[in-house]
Amino acid sequence: METFLQQLVNGLTLGSIYALVALGYTMVYGILELINFAHGEVVMVGALVALSVIGALSHLGLPGPVVLLLGLTVAAPVCMALGFVIERVAYRPLRRAPKLAPLITAIGLSISLQQIAALIWGRNYISFPAVLSIDSYNLGGVIITSLQLTIMGLAALIMAGLLMLVQKTSLGRAMRATAQNPAVAQLMGVNTDQIISFTFVIGSALAAVAGVMVAAYYSVGNYTMGFMLGLKAFTAAVLGGIGHLKGAMLGGLLLGVVEALAAGYMGDFTGGVFGSNYKDVFAFLVLIAVLVFHPNGLLGSRAREKV
Amino acid sequence: MKRLLWAAAALTLLALPLFTDATLGHGWVRILDFALLYVLLALGLNIVVGYAGLLDLGYVAFFAVGAYCYALLSSPQFNLHWPLWVLLPLGAMVAACFGVLLGTPTLRLRGDYLAIVTLGFGEIIRIFLNNLGAPVNITNGPQGVSGIDSLSVGSYNLGQTHGWGFFEFVPVVNAYYLFLIGVLLAIVFSHRLERSRIGRAWAAIREDEIAAASMGINTRNLKLLAFAMGASMGGLSGGLFAGFQGFVSPESFTLMESVMILCMVVLGGMGNIAGVVLGAVLLSVLPEALRAAGPLQQEWLGRVVLDPSNLRLLMFGCALVLMMLLRPEGLLPARARQRELHGE
Repeated sequence: METFLQQLVNGLTLGSIYALVALGYTMVYGILELINFAHGEVVMVGALVALSVIGALSHLGLPGPVVLLLGLTVAAPVCMALGFVIERVAYRPLRRAPKLAPLITAIGLSISLQQIAALIWGRNYISFPAVLSIDSYNLGGVIITSLQLTIMGLAALIMAGLLMLVQKTSLGRAMRATAQNPAVAQLMGVNTDQIISFTFVIGSALAAVAGVMVAAYYSVGNYTMGFMLGLKAFTAAVLGGIGHLKGAMLGGLLLGVVEALAAGYMGDFTGGVFGSNYKDVFAFLVLIAVLVFHPNGLLGSRAREKV
Repeated sequence: MKRLLWAAAALTLLALPLFTDATLGHGWVRILDFALLYVLLALGLNIVVGYAGLLDLGYVAFFAVGAYCYALLSSPQFNLHWPLWVLLPLGAMVAACFGVLLGTPTLRLRGDYLAIVTLGFGEIIRIFLNNLGAPVNITNGPQGVSGIDSLSVGSYNLGQTHGWGFFEFVPVVNAYYLFLIGVLLAIVFSHRLERSRIGRAWAAIREDEIAAASMGINTRNLKLLAFAMGASMGGLSGGLFAGFQGFVSPESFTLMESVMILCMVVLGGMGNIAGVVLGAVLLSVLPEALRAAGPLQQEWLGRVVLDPSNLRLLMFGCALVLMMLLRPEGLLPARARQRELHGE
């Protein structure tokens, strides 16, 4: 039972990060119906920029959370600009092109961004400076750290804010209208190009936050870190039903928990034949199982094909 | 005139490895060999993506299955040494079974949902290959299988140098001719397939699945057939790869590899054989050609400012973006698709 709760806590932490990244995928997909393959790289850039800033400020003796916040305030605008540029360069010129064309530009950008990051930050792992004093609390055998609590709390706060933005403001209404039918939205006076740019910028801001969280949680960063994280987050978005904000949140948390539980129990269940190194297999099997019974993801509405 | 052109093309293809070997060395013939393997892979994926319209992001899994099939049955790993003419068809068949295995649960999925499941499938295969070194050692884990028997046709061992009169046939040149035969067969096969009843049914499914089904096309069987046929070409190519390299490890079968093959298909021109071949050759030779980046920096700037291997990949990424922006429909698009886009 203790293992279960412990892995649940670990899984929810990781899941919150997945959810933040998954939101970026799902928002873009909801509007443009394209997989923004370069999104994982935005997370990576966010993490590395924050690591540099935190590294530079670490010996000034400022309190840990302030340093972290300063890192984020630099990383977020950088990522937002990056998201804006990505959309302008790789996606906007191809809006009327065949569906797979933007996928290729996205992959090209993803490779380029990784290599640019490798040229700037080098190929070695950059470790997170010890600026945070992390307390851990013991709740009946389950250990939870202040960092985990912060990650989960902050992620929840941001997600609530995003939901408010999309559902209560006029900007959010414009976003929803663009997702539903861009042509009609434009007729109603929505500047859809602006809305699409805005969506990329918001998604990238979330990616920056997620990047800082990952860097702090695992205490390292590297130019390849975005790829696997992006893949997992995209899986999470599909799991929840791509294009749905709540689906991405649910999918992210679920994937994190499934992975953590698989890592904790895989060895016990199979008598040691399969170890925790199969946790990714398990995550993908859950995805396949969900999609076999629910082809549009957990929260995705069943889209009837019009004949 | 047309016959003359064909003869010239055939002669060029036949003379290319010998010429390259004499001028640029073994290394470049090796690059040509890999280009041919990629052509084979791209043609296989083209059946799934280009003809049947099913987006597959885990295609490299079939390549891996074929390669491991060859590696395990023709190496000291289990001390088996089966001959080529058993192993290649077997690899293709096992890969086809895996194709059906992937296809069956995904029949109801569309577009990007299908893409992510195939992607997951590719990762699952790779993770298994990576970890099946224990408790029972099957794949030898991350170290991979080495000491694989070299390709040999009858008593002619392609892994050895043969002198035929004036010409010298080194292993990389031998492999080139074997791969060329494979590629030519695949081209003929794809070409015939495209215009066959099956090919036309795939086109119908690709354009409108519901309409195709109401015309009496068995969409389930045909989709599975597309997966199986595409996979078998991947498996064949994997077997050739294993015999050629003499070594396989899970590292060769990452998601990036699947993505690269997809890029070849899309960039060249989905559904058009000439386009796919062009895309595969271009994208497999380009990164090698960009290796010149290091020495050029030295020459122009006097020192190596940027790490050449990173710079090479960076330029490759930029080239992908640029080519796609300039020709979104691919370099040599299928005629039908071009008409769709430009509304002739």
